Amino acid sequence: MTMNSIVTPPQNRDVFTGRRQVRMDPAMLAETLGREADVAAAENPGFLPRLVGHFHALSGNLGGQVLTFTLTIAAALIASMPLIWIGGSDLWRAASALFGGALGSGPAIAETLVQMVPLLIAGLAVAVAFHASLFNIGVEGQLVFGGLVAGVAGASLDLPPALLMLVCIFAGMAGGAVFALIPALLKAYRGAHEVVTTIMMNFVAVAISEYAVSPTGPFVAADQPSATERVPDLARLPVIWEGTRLHAGLLVALAAVIVIMWVLYRTPAGFRLRLTGANQGAARASGVSIARVTILAMLASGALAGLAGAVQVLGVYGRFYAAFSPGYGFDAIAVALLGALSPVGVIASAFFFAVLHAGSVPLQAVAGISREMVGVVSGLVVAFVAAQPAALRLLSAMRRRFAGAMPPDGLAETEVSK
Amino acid sequence: MSNLLTISLVISALHLALPILMPMLGGLISERSGVMNIGLEGMMLIGAFSAVLVTYFTGNPWLGLVGALASGVLSGSTLALMTVTLRGDQVVASAAINLIGAGLTAALIPVIWDVDGLTPSVEKIPTIRVPMLADLPYVGRIFSSLGMVDYACLALVVLVWWVLFRTDAGLRIRACGESAESADAAGIPVVRTRFLAVVASGVFGALGGAYLSIVTLDMFQASMTQGRGFLALAAMVFGKWRVWPGALACIAFGFADAIALRAQILWRDIPHELLIALPYVLALVALATFVGHASGPAGVGKPFARA
Repeated sequence: MTMNSIVTPPQNRDVFTGRRQVRMDPAMLAETLGREADVAAAENPGFLPRLVGHFHALSGNLGGQVLTFTLTIAAALIASMPLIWIGGSDLWRAASALFGGALGSGPAIAETLVQMVPLLIAGLAVAVAFHASLFNIGVEGQLVFGGLVAGVAGASLDLPPALLMLVCIFAGMAGGAVFALIPALLKAYRGAHEVVTTIMMNFVAVAISEYAVSPTGPFVAADQPSATERVPDLARLPVIWEGTRLHAGLLVALAAVIVIMWVLYRTPAGFRLRLTGANQGAARASGVSIARVTILAMLASGALAGLAGAVQVLGVYGRFYAAFSPGYGFDAIAVALLGALSPVGVIASAFFFAVLHAGSVPLQAVAGISREMVGVVSGLVVAFVAAQPAALRLLSAMRRRFAGAMPPDGLAETEVSK
Repeated sequence: MSNLLTISLVISALHLALPILMPMLGGLISERSGVMNIGLEGMMLIGAFSAVLVTYFTGNPWLGLVGALASGVLSGSTLALMTVTLRGDQVVASAAINLIGAGLTAALIPVIWDVDGLTPSVEKIPTIRVPMLADLPYVGRIFSSLGMVDYACLALVVLVWWVLFRTDAGLRIRACGESAESADAAGIPVVRTRFLAVVASGVFGALGGAYLSIVTLDMFQASMTQGRGFLALAAMVFGKWRVWPGALACIAFGFADAIALRAQILWRDIPHELLIALPYVLALVALATFVGHASGPAGVGKPFARA
């Protein structure tokens, strides 16, 4: 009885303040419920709950979040500096090429924002899955397939422009969700690890989309190889900054941030999702269907990934190109982790990676550093995020040492390693 | 159909299976010790790249192979440092290895060779014919197509099985994977064992990558591993974390690859873009039809710190 009233946010919000109820930290609840449940869950250890819990610990404190964000970026940039020297350039020239190219003028900022749109939406996709302790590495494939479905719908359906735009967007989301459904079902009912299955789906998605627009494929354009026919101009996402490529996709992305925030932190479904992520045993013990949460989280993640593809097709190119994504889905992993899985944090980290993407073109031209460098920086960001708990442990151990109240080594270890 | 199932199909299947088989062994050792390593793909890329790099500058493919193995020690130690020593999240840390491996190798090609995406060709590891076996009727062709490296790889399968399941060291590794606490209580140095197991997985991953770049081909191409590091993990799961069933699964993937290549030539009306996806679809089907729930060693994913 009591458990139920904690897990499902009560209808009558005056028991506690309703706000407190829904925002209650699942990590805390998991801690309380998890003691017995953990024993039951021991044979099926969920991955990432520790990481999720770690981000929950951070999320209470805005200053801590900003500090972690800045330090992670700084560490990744410093670690990637040898690439600048190997490339035969110097720091100042590389930095001015990168930041001047990304932020130096109005059009440059617009182009950075164009790059930010798919990174932001795809980053949300990864973050939603992470909140349920699911690692969706398949965002790239879901994004490509969503883009394909949106492009095909836009080129072949005969509808009024405004309606066609909506249909394309929803078709893209459906496409992405379908591609996430198979790994979701395999995870929920067969126990197959989602990392392996979503990666396999990436290759399947790329194969299908390449086939669809290959010379003998069913959807290839008459005038353009490796692309679908154009989406009618009026059905495309309108340009919102005259004279640049910046399109209404930015507004779609920001709307997605708000929706995801609301779902995650203000609805019972979002609560169950975060609870499952924080402690699967506790969630199961309080009556949450893990299979259902897994499937819903993956569907939401896939739909967001498909949205990112559809927005890119409708906003930037006006048609589906086989190679339209330079790995947005993979950078999205770094975007989500750097943003500490918080929808607002994802905005900041998507902007950072957009600067890297937009600045990488002048960086290659001026400083001779390959565009692939962006991938290295995302990898380093992910590596430093993985090392964050260790850094925090070190910090708290040092703090304790300086405070003079140093417990025996063993005690300190067990206390912080939980 | 008779054109499809020939002895040369078996040969090409075997050659395509080995670069999946090696990382499969690496993943198996690592997971049996309790560390999930999804970074094999990145380790393969780094290994394949190092092999070509060293071969290019020394002109000796054997030194290239040594370079690849050394890169495996390096990438394995990096992952071990992050997951075993610092107790970072295993999946996230190994995803970082994948991203860095793919990004770094692609970024270094233009820096070193001034070209994009594809290195110039280098010396390959030569195929050394074993006279007695190659003269056998019918199956002789299989043996004559195999080189020293192929035999060494096949021997490694036996070696890994023997070490993991027939020796003390293997028992220790598996104990760390099942329950680090019990292993620790029994006096097994859990951190050191896991560290070495992850380093070993890096070496096996790099060997798989080097096989692609200087045994099968003679150059490095950005993202040339094409998900084989993940196919290896699928094979490991399908083989239920055992050596021989896992090896069979790798060979099945090799056949899927070989059939896809062969079918492209035989039946031109089947779009080859779809055929390329065959091994990945097969892996998904394998995971879906898998008998019983997939359950690895109980301790996988749990970092260990002495209480």
